[in-house]
Amino acid sequence: MSTLAVHDHGVAHHDDHGHEHHHNQSFLSKYVFSMDHKMIAKQFLITGITMAVIAMILSILFRIQLAYPDKTFPLLTTLLGRFAPNGRISADFYLSLVTIHGTIMVFFVLTAGLSGTFANLLIPLQVGARDMASPFMNMLSYWFFFLASVVMLSSFLVQKGPASGGWTIYPPLSALPKAMPGSGEGMTLWLISMVMFVASSLMGGINYVSTVLNMRTKGMDLWKMPLTIWALFLTAILGILAFPVLVAGVVLLIFDRSFGTSFYLSDIVLNGVQQPYEGGSPILFQHLFWFLGHPEVYIVIMPAMGISSEVMSVNSRKPIFGYHAMVYSLIGITVLSFIVWGHHMFVTGMNPFLGGVFMITTLIIAVPSAVKTFNWLATLWRGNIRFTPAMLFAIGMVSFFISGGLTGIFLGNAALDINLHDTYFVVAHFHLVMGSAAIFGMLAGVYHWFPKMFGKMMDEKLGYLHFWLTFIGAYLVFFPMHFMGLDGVPRRYYAFTEFVSMQRWLTVNTFITWAAIMAACAQVAFLYNFISSIFIGKKATQNPWESNTLEWTTPVEHLHGNWPGEIPTVYRWPYDYSKPGAEEDYIPQTVPFSQTMSSNLPHDFEDNPKGLEELNKFNSTLKANEQVK
Amino acid sequence: MLLGTNLLMAQTEAAATTGGQADAPQVDWTGVAYYLLLFFLVCLGVAVIGKILKIYDLTLKIQGKKGMKWNTVMAVICLVFLIAGLYGAYWSFTVQGSMTLPEAASEHGVKIDEMFTVTTVLTMIVFFITQILLFTFLFNYRHSDKRRAHFLPHNNTIEKVWTIAPAIVLTVLVVFGFFTWQKIMNTTDTKGDINIDITGHQFAWELRYPGKDGVLGPKDFRMVSAANKLGVNFKKRSSFDDLQVDTMYLPVNKSIRLNIQALDVIHSVYMPHFRVQLNAVPGLPTFFKFTPTITTAQMRTQLDDPKFEYLVYCNKICGGGHYNMQKVVRVVTEAEYQAWLSRQKPYLSDALRKELHFAAADQPKTESQNRLALNN
Repeated sequence: MSTLAVHDHGVAHHDDHGHEHHHNQSFLSKYVFSMDHKMIAKQFLITGITMAVIAMILSILFRIQLAYPDKTFPLLTTLLGRFAPNGRISADFYLSLVTIHGTIMVFFVLTAGLSGTFANLLIPLQVGARDMASPFMNMLSYWFFFLASVVMLSSFLVQKGPASGGWTIYPPLSALPKAMPGSGEGMTLWLISMVMFVASSLMGGINYVSTVLNMRTKGMDLWKMPLTIWALFLTAILGILAFPVLVAGVVLLIFDRSFGTSFYLSDIVLNGVQQPYEGGSPILFQHLFWFLGHPEVYIVIMPAMGISSEVMSVNSRKPIFGYHAMVYSLIGITVLSFIVWGHHMFVTGMNPFLGGVFMITTLIIAVPSAVKTFNWLATLWRGNIRFTPAMLFAIGMVSFFISGGLTGIFLGNAALDINLHDTYFVVAHFHLVMGSAAIFGMLAGVYHWFPKMFGKMMDEKLGYLHFWLTFIGAYLVFFPMHFMGLDGVPRRYYAFTEFVSMQRWLTVNTFITWAAIMAACAQVAFLYNFISSIFIGKKATQNPWESNTLEWTTPVEHLHGNWPGEIPTVYRWPYDYSKPGAEEDYIPQTVPFSQTMSSNLPHDFEDNPKGLEELNKFNSTLKANEQVK
Repeated sequence: MLLGTNLLMAQTEAAATTGGQADAPQVDWTGVAYYLLLFFLVCLGVAVIGKILKIYDLTLKIQGKKGMKWNTVMAVICLVFLIAGLYGAYWSFTVQGSMTLPEAASEHGVKIDEMFTVTTVLTMIVFFITQILLFTFLFNYRHSDKRRAHFLPHNNTIEKVWTIAPAIVLTVLVVFGFFTWQKIMNTTDTKGDINIDITGHQFAWELRYPGKDGVLGPKDFRMVSAANKLGVNFKKRSSFDDLQVDTMYLPVNKSIRLNIQALDVIHSVYMPHFRVQLNAVPGLPTFFKFTPTITTAQMRTQLDDPKFEYLVYCNKICGGGHYNMQKVVRVVTEAEYQAWLSRQKPYLSDALRKELHFAAADQPKTESQNRLALNN
């Protein structure tokens, strides 16, 4: 099947006997409409980074409003025109900024940018496949994502501006084009963009799942897969099951907006005019939205968990602690994530009994999350830790996951949520746990696999600078927000100083804005490092991190079909680091046990009685030799 | 037409959009070039420091030494971050923590606060322990050429412990939380001593109190008009004596049932001091029952703030004016409440009577006529 896949895209042929044929490729077929999973990974990454930069700029704009709600900035009018009349962002455009910032970050950066990049890069390389199951569909997946991004950004060009109902686009606000400026053409573009985005996610997801299930190399059984693959595989399943529900919800919304149906609308009087809607329920949309929306949180964080697990194991030179528990906890999170969506709806007026049920399921999900955290800590314990930038970002991910995860216990508790819902406490929580943690997981992946993607090394010192400024900046931005939330400051308030009691948070808001600006500036170090390293970075060696996984057995120069000869066979799990008796502190998955007799353990042969027999023989001989000596 | 907050909001909107910026503080932002220059200067500074470090590193190597031990440098920074971070967290808890909401001014709010305290204690223990372990491990086990990492792929006993322990703690929180939630949202005891309608629309809250009969008349969105902006159904007699009010007055220690609704989009009734929040959804009437326990006057004394007011906010994004949908809530004694109530105007205004072809408006009622029994 893998051979077929390569032949399909007609770029280079590799059969399993190892001969290669290089076909001439045009610029377009190599760099633009490429069907090579590695190039598609790079396309996802670069588009994701571009979208992240745009989302970051949007966030700085609305943070300026929050820091200086009573001041005017003539420059804003120069930059934003009608959206910032008289040197001040308008209230409607403020909501557009937070809406598009959230949408881009959640979907375009942390879903497509993260999963799209690393699933494309790593799945074939780490499971030992020549490419994805369907390279053509893989290419389409990227181009749907790209077009979705263009459509989303083009909403800044329409007269009344982009969608402004929040990234959750609850109707009736999103269903009534006259409800606010951002409910008009901007919302239409938002919906079109999301449908394209979901199509992209589905094409990608189906490819990822089928590749993992069908195209693993010889010896690569499920329990030998790296945790990155487990995480990306389960993430793809989540996406395949959850995203279609969003599309269903969006299609019904389009019907309500355009064709006079009342799926989500009832008893509405807009600007004093009665609307002809009866019998619908806005809450129905919320159920459909959060049926995707909550798994989406895990779609975002699980790849980051997988990447961090891998990076931490490699750089602490230790096996990931509790590999099986790590996999089971990922599976547990995957299953449970589908039955917790109602915790976003405790205060919607949903039946209170249902609220109680969702509270129970929500808090159960904290158990596998806790297992993962403790296992990461145990992985570091007595390690021999190398502080590569990737490792630092993985550590940062764990730190944010702890901080943000714990505040989730407050919000998952229905009674506490009554007072915390939609306040800055929520903003702080999710920005730590699925914003910062997921971004740090992504950055850990970028630093770690940059040599694999571009054949060059990134500059470590700039990586350190990038990490510390971003890490400290993110804590300075989000930690104080918890307290604002505990004072009942609602999120998405354009000018909170209109409330006398909230004015005392002005200094804190100014401080947060400057911390955000510092963190944003730190990204310049990353962008410079990223771009310059592609061109002038130190040339990478084949296995620069001394890692065990299969991707480091491929040549530095990219090859269609990944391996020049046969795909290597896998003999062992990917975490044999610092094994007693081994010569090196790492043993790649491709090294047979017969070559490492002195380090083999009975545990390695649980399912292999013949191997165990050989080990026992070896040990007896060794003992006998020692006695002779 | 709209009350209270709309006027306030309109002023702000006007200030933001109509060019009335003569008095607005201007920021001396001289232009992009200035900030770009500043930014490049910072970058230059960083680059110079980087180069100095590189030269130092090279010098060490020339001397036959190994160069800068970046692993050690990072490990030390991790430790410094841990100490500074712990202090920062402590500072945040003490300084910013003291800026949070005062004690709950409602019966159920006290229960919520108790649960909040328990959850905070438990989670903060975990927070401090795990963060300390994380960063001390980083420092303790920093890379050394002389050492090999400890090979420890799993330990079933430890794994069982740290699966079961969080499960037990979470079970406690779930049980505690479940019963508190059920008690607050009790659906069997739905009647309050006072029955108040609160309706959200872009961008204000409308309040309606029942009249003498203690019953709020029914509403129908199809009856909304300029004079009958809530669509009260005047085919029912119970609607005739309903009152339209501007400030939400609540008698202390009486159970209040807020009937919550929205006319256009989703709003959310948020009264943080009472730990009350529920969405106002068009087409889906909901209610929240609570009992205020601290009067506005008492809270003013407690906070030493003579201007303090309880407020109801809108906590669900609802359009450009969302940020200022505020309405004053005043908790008063029973006597003050009755006195205030007697001064309120009926919802059935003269304009509405005319629109509905009712008989000529009655003469204003005397205060004694207006005294009301407690509502259902």
